Amino acid sequence: MFAFVLRRIGQSLFVMLVVAIIAFSMFRFVGDPVHNMVGQQTSMEDREKLREALGLNDPFYVQFYKFIKNAVKGDFGVSYRHGRPASEIIAERLPATLELSLVAVLFALCVGIPMGVYTGIKKDSILSKFFLTTSLIGVSMPVFLIGILMIWIFAVELHWLPPFGRGDVVELGKYWSTGFLTISGLKALILPAITLGLFQMTLIMRLVRSEMLEVLRTDYIKFARARGLKNSAIYFGHALKNTLLPVITITGLQIGTIIAFAIITETVFNWPGMGQLFIQAINNVDIPIMAAYLMLVSLIFVIINLIVDALYFWVDPRLKTGNVVARST
Amino acid sequence: MTEALLKVENLSIAFKSRHGELTAVDNISFEMAPGEILGVVGESGAGKSLTGSALTGLLEKPGFIKSGQILFENRRIDNLPYEQMRRLRGLKIGAIFQDPLTSLNPLYTVGFHLVETIMTHLPMNQAKAKDHAIRLLTEVGIPAPEKRFEQYPHQFSGGMRQRVVIALAICANPKLIIADEPTTALDVSVQAQILRLLKTMSKEHGAAIMLITHDMGVIAETADRVSVMYAGRIAEIGPVASVIKNPQHPYTQGLMAAIPIIGHQAERLAQIDGAMPRLNAIPTGCSFNPRCPKVFERCYHDRPDLMTAQDSLAACWLHDKTR
Repeated sequence: MFAFVLRRIGQSLFVMLVVAIIAFSMFRFVGDPVHNMVGQQTSMEDREKLREALGLNDPFYVQFYKFIKNAVKGDFGVSYRHGRPASEIIAERLPATLELSLVAVLFALCVGIPMGVYTGIKKDSILSKFFLTTSLIGVSMPVFLIGILMIWIFAVELHWLPPFGRGDVVELGKYWSTGFLTISGLKALILPAITLGLFQMTLIMRLVRSEMLEVLRTDYIKFARARGLKNSAIYFGHALKNTLLPVITITGLQIGTIIAFAIITETVFNWPGMGQLFIQAINNVDIPIMAAYLMLVSLIFVIINLIVDALYFWVDPRLKTGNVVARST
Repeated sequence: MTEALLKVENLSIAFKSRHGELTAVDNISFEMAPGEILGVVGESGAGKSLTGSALTGLLEKPGFIKSGQILFENRRIDNLPYEQMRRLRGLKIGAIFQDPLTSLNPLYTVGFHLVETIMTHLPMNQAKAKDHAIRLLTEVGIPAPEKRFEQYPHQFSGGMRQRVVIALAICANPKLIIADEPTTALDVSVQAQILRLLKTMSKEHGAAIMLITHDMGVIAETADRVSVMYAGRIAEIGPVASVIKNPQHPYTQGLMAAIPIIGHQAERLAQIDGAMPRLNAIPTGCSFNPRCPKVFERCYHDRPDLMTAQDSLAACWLHDKTR
């Protein structure tokens, strides 16, 4: 297992390097950063000086080396727009996005898995058919439309929940601001989190359902029935655990997608997170922020995939065999 | 004969399909005495496994019991509600399936399977259940049971897994075990060991075993009585020795003639011409009539029930005494 983890870490590093090349290429080839930084009155000499100061005249590999060296330290340069380090700005926005994504993932799992189990067991019941039909809506409607509909129904018409923003936040230490500790913060989380997690919820539900149907046909379920086990033990002890491998895989991939898709939800709900920052950065061609965001999101992706691979071992004992046998002989 | 443990009376099992009902098991009756090993042989689709599933209450949809009844310890069990039948399964009626490789959940240890089953049926706590489980593993001949208890199914060979399955089936001392082709997936040398084990378990625990197989050799070695099924009906039922040595039904005679004898040179194996009819095309009269070498007029019109034929019962008009 150790060799396996080492190999995976190596692969992850390679992925990060490729992403770094892409992020770096943006620096060099997308627009002219100097043009965006200075006013119309700046003379050509001043522009040239700035170019030199930013290191934009160095050869490709020197610049790339510097970029990597700084990126490892978390330094992506100064935002063209805000005049502050890009990583600092991102760090300010990170908690909002991570909290939103976390709640969205929890929603997707805590609602999606039970619904999937239910529709898998009672596949002919009316409620199952209702779940499956409505889940089609969740799969097929675009996120921004769901968000706008939610705002219209629950905020504008019913006045139950706030239509935008994060509510009151509490500062935890220097780097983290949380919306979990105030009522208004929690209320503000509900609509965007459901909007963001709805697609994943329906996806997980359908996945768990089809896996359940598959597993319930297997011999060991038949034998578990023949042993006279209670239905709850059969469904939750024996069947559900066997459906978890694909669910873990998909959930892992989808957490990344959720963080990435937060861009749209954050825009609709005016949520002060990274996604919104990224959209502004695109409008302003603020490349350091874009590069930092890109690197951070890919880092999150890579870390989640590492965790997912480790979870396989925890769920499925068969994967450990090679190692166990090697140790016992 | 002592009081019967199991009485199956006029049992019919059918499937609902788009073309109406298909009767897969047609009006069969038999009894089993306590501790008896009854072999059930027949071709694929003869209704052996369906009969077994009906006894455990695990008929899968769209199959259902159309008529007849099953009496277990003089109590009707074919119409029990799910929960009561569940309590009976594993406690009074155990089951063993064909493929030991897939009968165990790959994600749980063998010990977990055993303890879970024991605690479902017997009033034992975790520690006592574990002791009982290890005793069972020893009993079914698994070496180093304490170590094996902690291991996962994939760390066991096929034969060892079938031993675990047997341990699971007997853990609450059931009175009846339905063994549905328990040795088909195993290689021949292991088959013999498993059969011997089954026989020992039957003796020591006083459990009756219904041994479903299509292997006459297995029956000859293990069973006390044998029931030969053909197209959803019992063709012949009787003591093993007389059915094998002196078969009364033309179908059984054909089956016995088809078993090759080692050292005996023959041009071709003897065979029964034709194939078993499909469920939707069972002929009127005796269902064996298109293939029967001794067929006569009556076989085309009337369906024979089981009637006395020497030591056995056979469903064949040849044995009709009123003829």
